[in-house]
Amino acid sequence: MVWNNHENSNMSDQHDVSTQSAGTVTVPDPHRRRLLKQLGIAGAAGTTAASAPAWGGSTLLDALGGFFQDQYQRMSPSEIEAALARIERKAKRDLGVDIHCDNTPPQAGVVFGYALNVSRCRGYRDCVQACIQENNHGRDPSSTAYIRVLELDHGQMNLEQADQYYDPETVPVPGKYYLPVQCMQCADPPCVKACPVEATWMEPDGIVVVDYDWCIGCRYCMTACPYWARHFNWKQPTIPADQVNPDTHYLGNRPRPVGVVEKCHFCIQRTRKGRLPACAEACPTGARVFGNLLDPHSEIRYVLANKPVFQLKSELGTEPKFWYFTD
Amino acid sequence: MLIQNFFRDGCKELLRGGWMYRLWVGLLLLMIAAGGGFYLEQLDQGLVITGLSDQVSWGYYIANFAFLVGIAASAVLLVIPAYIFNRKDIEEVVLLGEAMAVAAVVTAILFVVIDLGRPDRLWHLIPLLGRFHFPQSLLAWDVLVLSGYLVLNCAISFYLLFCHYRGRSPVFGRYFPFVILAMFWAIGIHTVTAFLFSANSARPFWHGALLGPRFIASAFVSGPALLIVALQIIHRIGHLRVNRSVIETLALIMTVSLQISLFFVGAELFTDFYNTGSQHVASSKYLYLGLDGFSGLRPWIWTALTLNGIAVTILMIHPLRRNLVTLNTACLLAYCGVWMEKGMALVVPGFIPTPLGEIFEYLPTVSEVIIATGCWAVGVLLFTLLVKAGAPLELGRLHRTDGEQDVVAANGPSGGPIPTSSAQ
Ligand code: SF4
Ligand code: SF4
Repeated sequence: MVWNNHENSNMSDQHDVSTQSAGTVTVPDPHRRRLLKQLGIAGAAGTTAASAPAWGGSTLLDALGGFFQDQYQRMSPSEIEAALARIERKAKRDLGVDIHCDNTPPQAGVVFGYALNVSRCRGYRDCVQACIQENNHGRDPSSTAYIRVLELDHGQMNLEQADQYYDPETVPVPGKYYLPVQCMQCADPPCVKACPVEATWMEPDGIVVVDYDWCIGCRYCMTACPYWARHFNWKQPTIPADQVNPDTHYLGNRPRPVGVVEKCHFCIQRTRKGRLPACAEACPTGARVFGNLLDPHSEIRYVLANKPVFQLKSELGTEPKFWYFTD
Repeated sequence: MLIQNFFRDGCKELLRGGWMYRLWVGLLLLMIAAGGGFYLEQLDQGLVITGLSDQVSWGYYIANFAFLVGIAASAVLLVIPAYIFNRKDIEEVVLLGEAMAVAAVVTAILFVVIDLGRPDRLWHLIPLLGRFHFPQSLLAWDVLVLSGYLVLNCAISFYLLFCHYRGRSPVFGRYFPFVILAMFWAIGIHTVTAFLFSANSARPFWHGALLGPRFIASAFVSGPALLIVALQIIHRIGHLRVNRSVIETLALIMTVSLQISLFFVGAELFTDFYNTGSQHVASSKYLYLGLDGFSGLRPWIWTALTLNGIAVTILMIHPLRRNLVTLNTACLLAYCGVWMEKGMALVVPGFIPTPLGEIFEYLPTVSEVIIATGCWAVGVLLFTLLVKAGAPLELGRLHRTDGEQDVVAANGPSGGPIPTSSAQ
């Protein structure tokens, strides 16, 4: 065992605090959340930037440019430049932050894959926190998160028994194990097939992305995804200016508009520049192995070749590029 | 020129009418205004004003959509006997069925539009201009078949009415092929809508072959139920003469469909509950019995089944089915029963539990219900107006007035009791 009990409790205490302050997914009681939602409190809770109208807050020219903007894959380089500039201006106007938004292309000969060591995961949810900060998620309690860590009883693989709102004093709880779930970047993704306007597709490096400026918000892809990996912006997400991550990608962590779907994109803004995803970097136990599936010398290829690996719900045939393994 | 006159005369007809008509239209407009007001709020705030969540991402809007597609499809129940079995009595009212189909499709499409997070981007669906993901996406299929059905029904009705207006008899060869096409298309719209749900292997509750047949069977209950009541009202108001035999045929279709529909429900119940362990069963358990202390839809589904049960009992007893009072009661019960069963009770359990096993319940908000009511009002208003303008045309009371070819109304409106004579 790497972590002794003392360290465990430290980790989790610290973790609890950060969870509270950042106000993320760990609202323990689903009833309360629903209630908040229905009362409309969640929507109004202490936000300033949220008062901008649904697609307002931009100059007329930007609004028109945004309205007629083409789908990402069809845009010419100059159109993309204009779109990126619009995104940066809008962030300045809405959030008061100078962000940089690029569209770094996929690298040749790279298809990303992820493997997660279940025997190392201790349920700290540091990956969840890192993801929220890296990917510019809204910071109020009803906001979304790409990673859900499920707490399950030993010997149990029935997800219906899983608890993603676990909130004990310390983790891990004896007799439980932890299963983080995020977008599996399926090689045969049902979400892509479902989309009526091709607002979501698989990039050459295997990442399934969403064009937030093309999505019409029908949410059919959410219905199609077997991993509950897609999330909808029910309202304009709000981020305090000092918490915005200014390094963004068009298909990745740029600030999202209201009314569109988003999902984990393997930190496209980092990984296309050779960095690790934020969750992999944040994991204190080293449970997360990320890499290039086409590189025979990569760690992930070693794991896939030498460890007992499995996929979640592989029977559905969506061919996830996210594996779980044990030591 | 003539077409302009046609529309001008039709619109003039809409402005005529007694205080009842004005009150009715005014009431509907009021409901539309209320819905519109709340919809503006939804546009401003986002869908956060609804009860929807990442867990249950489709709800009341889509439930009404699925139900209305069924209503639209069931217009074939007038079209088939009228044109294939040459039932003259039904042919006289077939345009009412078309009007119902048009109004229902428009309302169904409206429900999808208000459910969108970004209605301003609707143009992304237009082929070439946008990116229409056809044929992979079933939602793209649905858009295509629904708009096609709308065009088809509008075109057929327009052609027939315009012929009446000109005082000519319609040329069989010009409209019949489209009538046949519309027949298959009607079954198509509802099948595609069922496939929209059943295509999702991620949602075991819908992922079965029985969903399509269930959709059709229940549509053939709710459609006739609505038609039976609407035809009587239109007959009473004196717009169109409706033969008693039409009502009887529709009642018979409804009886059989309701029996089949309930049988399908029973078959699913057996498969779900005889063996515990399928994933399908978790959603069904939630729906019928409640799951882990959550049972929001349990009273809903049992009410629906009770309504349908009473309706089918009434319909199966001949004297009761022939009595207009009991028949209308059965229609009302079955209509509500199907609306509950195939609407919310079909859509929502698909999301409970979520693919990650979370149980998170859904209840529509007041705003959501008011917006939806506004949409319904649009549909009812459209139907009212179509009938108001269409009926005099159909009767020949309204025709071209440039003096070329005047036709005297053959059978005037009748306000008396529905004649019991049969046209067979
Ligand atoms: S996990 Fe869901 S969102 Fe991700 S690629 Fe697969 S189907 Fe799409
Ligand atoms: S919500 Fe957006 S990405 Fe998802 S299917 Fe609809 S248009 Fe496509």
